[in-house]
Amino acid sequence: QVSAALKEGRVTPTELCQQCLSLIKNTKFLNAYITIAEETALKQAEASEERYKRGQPLGVLDGIPIAVKDNFNTTGIETTCASHMLRGYISPYNATVVQKLLDQGAVLLGKTNLDEFAMGSGSTDGVFGPVRNPWSYSRQYKEKSVPKSHSEDKESNWVITGGSSGGSAAAVSSFTCFAALGSDTGGSTRNPAAHCGVVGLKPTYGLISRHGLIPLVNSMDVPGILTRCVDDAAVVLGSLAGHDPKDSTTIQDNFKPFELPSLTDVSKLSIGIPKEYHAPGLSGEILALWSKAADLFRNAGAKVVEVSLPHTCYSIVCYHVLCTAEVASNMARFDGLEYGHRSDMNESTESMYAATRREGFNDVVRGRILSGNYFLLKQNYEKYFVKAQKVRRLIANDFVKVFQSGVDVLLTPTTLSDAAPYKEFIKEDNRTRSAQNDILTQAANMAGLPAINVPTALSERGLPVGLQFIGRSFQEQQLLTVAKWFEKQVQFPMIQLEVKRHDHDAFQHEKSASFS
Amino acid sequence: QKVSVEVLDHLEHLALVDFRDSEGVERLQKAIQFADQLHEVNTDGVEPMDSVLEDRCLYLREDDVTEGNCTKELLENAREKVEEYFVAPPGNIPLPKLEERDTFPQGS
Repeated sequence: QVSAALKEGRVTPTELCQQCLSLIKNTKFLNAYITIAEETALKQAEASEERYKRGQPLGVLDGIPIAVKDNFNTTGIETTCASHMLRGYISPYNATVVQKLLDQGAVLLGKTNLDEFAMGSGSTDGVFGPVRNPWSYSRQYKEKSVPKSHSEDKESNWVITGGSSGGSAAAVSSFTCFAALGSDTGGSTRNPAAHCGVVGLKPTYGLISRHGLIPLVNSMDVPGILTRCVDDAAVVLGSLAGHDPKDSTTIQDNFKPFELPSLTDVSKLSIGIPKEYHAPGLSGEILALWSKAADLFRNAGAKVVEVSLPHTCYSIVCYHVLCTAEVASNMARFDGLEYGHRSDMNESTESMYAATRREGFNDVVRGRILSGNYFLLKQNYEKYFVKAQKVRRLIANDFVKVFQSGVDVLLTPTTLSDAAPYKEFIKEDNRTRSAQNDILTQAANMAGLPAINVPTALSERGLPVGLQFIGRSFQEQQLLTVAKWFEKQVQFPMIQLEVKRHDHDAFQHEKSASFS
Repeated sequence: QKVSVEVLDHLEHLALVDFRDSEGVERLQKAIQFADQLHEVNTDGVEPMDSVLEDRCLYLREDDVTEGNCTKELLENAREKVEEYFVAPPGNIPLPKLEERDTFPQGS
């Protein structure tokens, strides 16, 4: 919608940019952004405006304000990964996906907050503090929350965004940008998308370049896309997908950007409902919603079948070993010599490295490095690492079997419950929380399959709940077509954000929601 | 089985990060316990999987230089440098053993 508005001149890119920047300032308490690139954003907006005046926009994304998770390299803008290790690090290059967006004329507003080095499921463990879910400040949530007493601080009841791309999800959800980049290794894009009521797409591994994305697990990482509607996600996907000579894990097949058809007839579809996704701890609310969604498809004529992915329950343990092992390797590059934090300790190379890493990494990161090294020790290699790789194959094969049996798309919940209040969430440590929350999203990363979260309904507490669709490898078009049909059926409500201006007048925000 | 002090020391040397305190060691113990669940799965005859793209040919580009000459930009992010060198403290000096370090709690 906003792209059309830009084309018709109803709004200019600079106006759009300034509105977003001012909204970012008004929503600072969400802590969604780490760095705001005000000057460069305005320059990009001005350049875009020139192009529209000449009637030569670069495409649908020209002039559209976007945000990028702070683990993507961006030239001239600080990239921190929410860690002390990279404070002050200014990259000399743009990640391929960032470059692609900029080449399309998108306006980069800033870098969003995350869990340190993308490790976590709450966006609570970064050095810049936790991200607050914009829905904590929505009329819908406030109406449902019962204050225990007049003097209870409403501020303390805010809920988490989920993680680790929480900043990106919050930015999209609070209208400060029209699309954001996240990353997805175990669910890090879909989890916060579900909690913040936005669309979160995890593309097939190998479709989008990882060059410039600071790696966590090389065999599972993908850049993720967060938008307010499925059509927008398809547009962004179209501009990002494709082979990159700088990332040899991208496939060489030609990628053709597609527009999503508006499906009316779902009778030829086969939807699979994996019974193991009825995981322990799944809230009754979400179970009911999942069931309702299955009925929705059934009543519309689609074939809905129960399927089995027997190794689902082992995906978290498998992930735990493979992730920590790859992390141990990937974090080895942070030694303080070439970039990033460097300790003052100067007695020897090793002691400088050790001190730099002790000072630069938080407990979560250090814990994973140490566990990873343990699993990679010669005496443990076969027992843990290779074993996990074998289990990985079993998990991937489960999916292959199910898709071979004729199922087109799988329908599952995305999270076990709606967003938890921050005070509750921090009662357990990072690893426990990740293990609990990643269970529904992790297997898709193991198998490299595309998956998308579609916001479905509000919970009893007035918070968003989403459902997940998992598709066949490289069949994003089919996956997104089904997701778009579903989105139309459920009509997820728009957030009624109550944000105070600086002059203390409360006002509601109902801007145009999508750009396509 | 608890992890021995020798292994803990070895891990700290390999990883060049420290456990900091007994909580860190506990965390490792729990992580190992958690990972032990893997042994419940029967993986006889199953090949380990390195990558989901294993059925495809890896892209290898031509061995031609297409970019570079960015010494200045690369050195900008380093704290200690001299001319075109990154400066490191003296090498080949091993970290002190666990018992001699004051960063590790004794007798855990």
